[in-house]
Amino acid sequence: MNLVIVDYKAGNVQSVLFALERLGVQATLSSDFETIKAADKVIFPGVGEASSAMAQLRVRNLDKLLPTLEQPFFGVCLGMQLLCDHSEEGDTDMLGIIPLPVKRFQTDLKVPHMGWNQLEKLQSPLFTGIAEGEYAYYVHSFYVPLSKYTIAQTSYPEPFSAALQYKNFYAAQFHPEKSGPAGSQIIKNFLAL
Amino acid sequence: MLTKRIIPCLDIKNGRTVKGVRFENIRDAGDPVELAKWYAEQGADELVFLDITATNEERKTFAELVRDIARHIDIPFTVGGGISAVADVEVLLMAGADKVSINSAAIRNPQLVEDLTLRFGSQCVTMAIDTKYTEATGWKVYARAGTVETEHATVDWARRVVDLGAGEILLTSMNNDGTKAGFALDITKAVSEAVSVPVIASGGAGTMQHFADAFQIAHADAALAASLFHFRELGIPDLKRFLKAEGIAVRV
Repeated sequence: MNLVIVDYKAGNVQSVLFALERLGVQATLSSDFETIKAADKVIFPGVGEASSAMAQLRVRNLDKLLPTLEQPFFGVCLGMQLLCDHSEEGDTDMLGIIPLPVKRFQTDLKVPHMGWNQLEKLQSPLFTGIAEGEYAYYVHSFYVPLSKYTIAQTSYPEPFSAALQYKNFYAAQFHPEKSGPAGSQIIKNFLAL
Repeated sequence: MLTKRIIPCLDIKNGRTVKGVRFENIRDAGDPVELAKWYAEQGADELVFLDITATNEERKTFAELVRDIARHIDIPFTVGGGISAVADVEVLLMAGADKVSINSAAIRNPQLVEDLTLRFGSQCVTMAIDTKYTEATGWKVYARAGTVETEHATVDWARRVVDLGAGEILLTSMNNDGTKAGFALDITKAVSEAVSVPVIASGGAGTMQHFADAFQIAHADAALAASLFHFRELGIPDLKRFLKAEGIAVRV
């Protein structure tokens, strides 16, 4: 399988590469238009701040390419938020692939939402073999509300989208590459789509 | 529900764990990667690795070790010790660390906190605060591995670094560290209530009840210990079962 990880200087690229390596999967790191377009599957990692990430994508013309992709695509953490329309983080226009907003947590609880929290209402082949209530590792201050594209949810304290699917675009707000054996299973499930 | 985190801390010197760690089930307990894998299997929620070496040459070894750790463990980890510039952090994050902890360098130059959060995001900047109480001064922040008293009152300093963008506070009470008499509940609670970001309690863990107190009384979001875990005085599975029975949300 020709698996490509989108390279736009996102902080967790190395962790995603290592997670794939632990599964015995080779991946190509690339920001090249043709290489990404030719991939069988694409993983889109991301940590950090929304407007700087969008700037990095624009510099590489990836803001034009990514919405046109048709192969299975997996956005992780900020990589999920970037697929949406707009983020309250820096009042940023995102890629506009999934017609959803990204909002800041308004809660008395600690922000960032950091640590292990539970995945609920799992409804996608992405979660084959994953039990309701399984734990995943999160670290984020912005979230995507529940929607018809939500395929898993987590509560903090209100439920939000733990994962999304819109056509060929899958996405997770948590970090499967840092979520122990369950996280590895979710990556495997994506690779098997 | 978001769970409280249990975090073993490993001191690293020349690429090896120190403190004479004793484990029966581990081939080489001096090997940080072996030990980290074992802790991950035991249910540790995160790990912290502190580089206690001094020279630049040794620091290069540490970055290689960070890469090796990231390659082999599938839970988040923070690295710290001697970080003084944006370039140091870039090397460690690119090697696969999830967060870095900074301490003395931010006291010398608070702007570093803002520079790091703008560059890498708040979520990967943990501010380590070493604090000590005396009747004359109250709780003060100490620099340089706890050897130098600063002018900063602890709660004020915590608020300031969070305003600058720090995404987490690792609060170590020097009064309690090594005593096994429990975490410093008063200052941990004061800091936790003063800032909007998660707070890790550190220093003084001796019993399972101490962890419960850190979470229930001091409202810590995570608790860190070193020798208690390394010397197997307390097992993480037992600790988590105890906390769960106490009604505390933990990942088991």
